[in-house]
Amino acid sequence: MILGLYNYWVVVVLMMIGLYIVIAHGNLIKKIIGLTIFQTAVFIFYISIAKVNGASAPILAEGISRYSNPLPHVLILTAIVVGIATVALGLALAVRINEAYGSVEEESVQNTDNQEC
Amino acid sequence: MDIIFDMSSALCLLLGSFLCLSGGVGIIRFPDFYTRMHAVGVTDTLGAGMILIGLLLQTPEFLVVLKLLLILVMTVFISPVASHALAKAAFRNDLVPLSDGNENKGETES
Amino acid sequence: MRDLFAVVMMSGIFGLLSASFFVAMDAVDVAFTEASVGAGIATLLMLTAVTLTGRLEDSERHKPMWALVVVFITGGLLIYGTLDMPYFDSSQAPVHLHVAPRYINDSMQEIGIPNIVTSVLASYRGFDTLGEVVVIFTAGMGVLALLRVESRPGIDQTMADSIFYLMHERHLILRVVTKILIPFILLFALYVQFHGDFGPGGGFQAGVIFAAAIILYAMVFGLPTARRVVNQTFVRLLAAVGVLLYGGVGLVSMLNGGNFLDYNVLAGDPVAGQHLGILLIELGVGCTVASVMVIIFFNFSGRRNHS
Repeated sequence: MILGLYNYWVVVVLMMIGLYIVIAHGNLIKKIIGLTIFQTAVFIFYISIAKVNGASAPILAEGISRYSNPLPHVLILTAIVVGIATVALGLALAVRINEAYGSVEEESVQNTDNQEC
Repeated sequence: MDIIFDMSSALCLLLGSFLCLSGGVGIIRFPDFYTRMHAVGVTDTLGAGMILIGLLLQTPEFLVVLKLLLILVMTVFISPVASHALAKAAFRNDLVPLSDGNENKGETES
Repeated sequence: MRDLFAVVMMSGIFGLLSASFFVAMDAVDVAFTEASVGAGIATLLMLTAVTLTGRLEDSERHKPMWALVVVFITGGLLIYGTLDMPYFDSSQAPVHLHVAPRYINDSMQEIGIPNIVTSVLASYRGFDTLGEVVVIFTAGMGVLALLRVESRPGIDQTMADSIFYLMHERHLILRVVTKILIPFILLFALYVQFHGDFGPGGGFQAGVIFAAAIILYAMVFGLPTARRVVNQTFVRLLAAVGVLLYGGVGLVSMLNGGNFLDYNVLAGDPVAGQHLGILLIELGVGCTVASVMVIIFFNFSGRRNHS
């Protein structure tokens, strides 16, 4: 019966892929993409929690008595749009870093900083 | 009457799925950019169209039929235009089509 | 993959796939949002950022071994943590036992609209959503502060004309089809906005779709032309007006003797009040989201022309 937990494992794997990209890659744009993957994993986590066996989408209609849980849907709906806004902010920061340092690689930015000190 | 609708819709759905699948195979198997794009562009328009027609035959409600028809019209409009834009962009960037004369693998000739 | 262009495309495909996964999980509203945001706007913004920062990633990486070790330890701990979680799609999980039954059983009497997601979003958790809208607004202002380029009218004018002729010659098919499509997209956005009470949809999705139409216009006809059509000051004003409208509804309900964002007191009977309140705040959300997305895109691509 431990297989009934597989949705969490998918989420954990996706999250770890995102985390790996964030840690192991030096390119800021790629780090942001890793963050969006992490973010989507969290969305999938919430949505899979909301799923109820044999239930229908949470729009009230006649003849349907079981609905999926609407609360996580609401949280994730807003989180997606907030997510894109924050990602845009991150990309804007990356663009400005590129203008100031001529690179979005973590290491060369660090090197430039070290030389200036 | 029902059985005719069901049969034809099933046929359309099967044909549509087959076309989409062949488009997917095409994008992997074809040798250069233009042929790959042709595989996806042509089969996807027809495949999506077929699936939509199959769904149209299944729905009893008028409103849903109208929505599906709208999606169909949009697909017929957008998909060829997207392929056109892609091919044009590739051609502008000097991507030479594969022919007997050259052996490129979809890379830009510089 | 070192080519960031391919990486961005992959992330777009990932967004679309997760949207279809959300449909399979009965979350139609969420899927709608993810399809328009994750596969549409996010990919576009990342592409613009990639054109600004360079397409190739440096091949050097420092010690992927350590990253792998950290990732595996964290993942192992997380999986160990899931062992106590309730099983997938069981209806007895704790989440389904506390607030959700109230929403599902009573929202028809209390709010009177069929889409539970909208009623929770706009009414039960209205304060939360206000916070989210403010976050979006702030992020938009942040992008504006970071990337804004002062426009130079004379140069913009000549550039607009030259781009216009270029487009007219080269992309005739694109131009014509876009012209046909844009009204439909705008109409669809309005439908999503005002149909959100009855089916999947609402201010967030509608705002993104509305912005997508304007962004499409900007991409095909050139940014300066789009700037002339969509006034930047007006868009910035609209972003603020959306938040203000949302907060204003809350204040009006306070003035009428209720709590903040308690729509019951907005009209004669509670259900009518709820309808009015939800309509207004969804409108506010739509305005803010659409204009923030437009602001973000215009400033990103404005940077590109500038540099």
